Amino acid sequence: MAIYLDHAATSPLLPEVLDAMLPYLTEHHGNPSSIHASGRRARQALDEAREEIASAIGAKPREVVFTSGGSEADNLAVKGIAWAGSARGRHVITSSVEHKAVLNSCAMLARQGFEITYLRVDRSGGVDPADVAAAITDRTTLVSVMSASNEVGTVQPVAEIGAICRERKVPFHVDAVQSAAFGPPTPDAWQATAISLSAHKLGGPKGIGALYVRQGTAMLPQVHGGAQERQRRAGTENVAGAAGFATAVRLAHERPMSVAPQRDRLLEGLTALPGVHLTGDPVDRLPNSASVVIEGIEGGDLVAALDLEGIEASTGSACTTGSVDPSHVLLAMGIDEGLAHGSLRLTLGRETTEAEIDRTIAAVDACIGRLRASAPDMVATA
Amino acid sequence: MSGGVDSSVAAALLAQEGGDDEVIGVWMRTHGDLPEGYELSRSCCSPDAADDARRVAQLLKIPFFILNVEREFGARVIDAFVDSYLDGATPNPCQACNQYIKFDELLRRGLAAYGADAVATGHYARLEHRDGRWRLLRAADADKDQTYFLWVLDQEQLARTRFPLGSLTKPEVRAMAAELTLPTAHKPESQEICFVPLGDYRALLEERRGYAGDPGPIVDADGTRVGTHTGYAHYTVGQRHGLGVALGEAVYVREVQPATNTVVIGRREEIAQRTFSVHGARFTAGAPPSERFTASVRIRHRAPDVPAEVTMVGRDRLVVETDDPVWAPAPGQAAVLYAGDECLGGGRIARAEA
Repeated sequence: MAIYLDHAATSPLLPEVLDAMLPYLTEHHGNPSSIHASGRRARQALDEAREEIASAIGAKPREVVFTSGGSEADNLAVKGIAWAGSARGRHVITSSVEHKAVLNSCAMLARQGFEITYLRVDRSGGVDPADVAAAITDRTTLVSVMSASNEVGTVQPVAEIGAICRERKVPFHVDAVQSAAFGPPTPDAWQATAISLSAHKLGGPKGIGALYVRQGTAMLPQVHGGAQERQRRAGTENVAGAAGFATAVRLAHERPMSVAPQRDRLLEGLTALPGVHLTGDPVDRLPNSASVVIEGIEGGDLVAALDLEGIEASTGSACTTGSVDPSHVLLAMGIDEGLAHGSLRLTLGRETTEAEIDRTIAAVDACIGRLRASAPDMVATA
Repeated sequence: MSGGVDSSVAAALLAQEGGDDEVIGVWMRTHGDLPEGYELSRSCCSPDAADDARRVAQLLKIPFFILNVEREFGARVIDAFVDSYLDGATPNPCQACNQYIKFDELLRRGLAAYGADAVATGHYARLEHRDGRWRLLRAADADKDQTYFLWVLDQEQLARTRFPLGSLTKPEVRAMAAELTLPTAHKPESQEICFVPLGDYRALLEERRGYAGDPGPIVDADGTRVGTHTGYAHYTVGQRHGLGVALGEAVYVREVQPATNTVVIGRREEIAQRTFSVHGARFTAGAPPSERFTASVRIRHRAPDVPAEVTMVGRDRLVVETDDPVWAPAPGQAAVLYAGDECLGGGRIARAEA
């Protein structure tokens, strides 16, 4: 059995979640919009799921919009709020370390004439709230900053940024996809207008997420069609997914994870190896996130090597077709491009054991030794 | 695994073999995505090809990884390709890819990252260990033989190389792929150079080296100007089309002179030569058989090879004298030497000394 240390990519489905979903994949097959009994049964499950999630984050059920996942929630928030506010202004502020779902939504807005401000970050990947205050103009209609980095785990000062946005009367979107497993997002404490969530990062199924949208927020839908989700997201609802999502949120609440000691043990072991450096904030980081850059290796090669040793890890960024570009997050943090190629992200889950951590450190040590030994001599051009 | 039928079947043969060997599929990403609008469905390096390779690996139940070699491929293959034209020579990108990417980068990084012992490819060539050394032999299917692109391999590389298709013919390989219902069974042969969309390398010269082409003279053997070319680097030795010269008989590019931006043409019989120099020579055995030896020489892929006398004139330089004239030995192209079925090595044809 492989050691799974890629919970930031996706987490294993909890058995209780599967149990909650199964009836809606089997006997309760109705469409929640149908008038008949089967439809009503499905509708009830959807309503209950929405209530459960709303209650976990201190929101009203009508403020929860189900989506296909975190990326769709980000797209809906960024483009939907920017477009709805475009009569007032066409300026959006975000950070240079956001998830691609936010950054590429902003890129789309830029192609349509919006001005985008990308906030710089410090060496740990943190945004300075003062920069947000300085960037806001009277034409700004949205600020979007994530609660914690999916790549390096750095936690952002979203409550402080939210207070600034509130004072300047600018809508504030928070991508909380990665942090939700460690504490429910808090719209009121963060003074957030919108918050993105994803089920599969906290033991729920893939294919469902949600956007919290504060009541009274102007937002244009991105998926057009029927009147589902209060006309904010068309399409027959993913009932089983919603039921599983709600269960996962409840369990995350009831059974908080305590993985930080294991994570600290892992980081201590990794950074003791020669040429291995921590990325992200040493203190203000997600409790399950260990991210490093390693001198003299390609992250992709190391991840493949670890896989063959039975350890499942990540370079930290999506690289489905093996793109060579180093992570935009690491570059934004001022990490040298050569070093950024050697990125490794290990993200723990509640089932991760101390023995697994120790085996992982030993395997990383062995693999990077092998990879470095194979590196060619510098410049041997003919 | 390129995503083509040959490497798919090579992987299948190894995977079926079983035994103690574990087979790992690797697709190499050699260059970034092409600009929107280009469709390189027949190329081995498009994202579609990665999809095909992955599907084959899934069916064979072997691990599959993507190895990014963009930087190395860009410098060693694409830039070298472009520089070859700018040097008035004819590039040999497939051989450069074998030399620097498949049997250097993949072998080196593959051994380290995957803990592999050897690299197997879908090339049509055979290997034999006899009398204390590895021999690179022509494929059983003479029509598909790819040793012309593999002469650069040395003993160390040959020892870590497997060519599972060496004794098979292409129709046999296709039949196996069909029998295994591999999704690549009926894929057409890739013909174009994988990083040159639509075969137009001129755009690449401009993009990589800012060479837009400067018109200059086309002259005949006597130096008489007979036409105008669009830039010397747009022409290669042996080329017939696109000269825009009407002399009442077929003429060919005989020489490309970068220093004077001149293209020299000649009639068919003027293009043939019996003697030419070869630089950067390497031998699969590690050394030439002797200072002077007979061999058969091949100067382009799928051309018949011809008997010749080979004389070493330096550590990695030699002179080839063929029994009969060979047509248009092009500077930059490989001259590959054989003794019977064995590929002895080769080198790059050098420009004729003035």
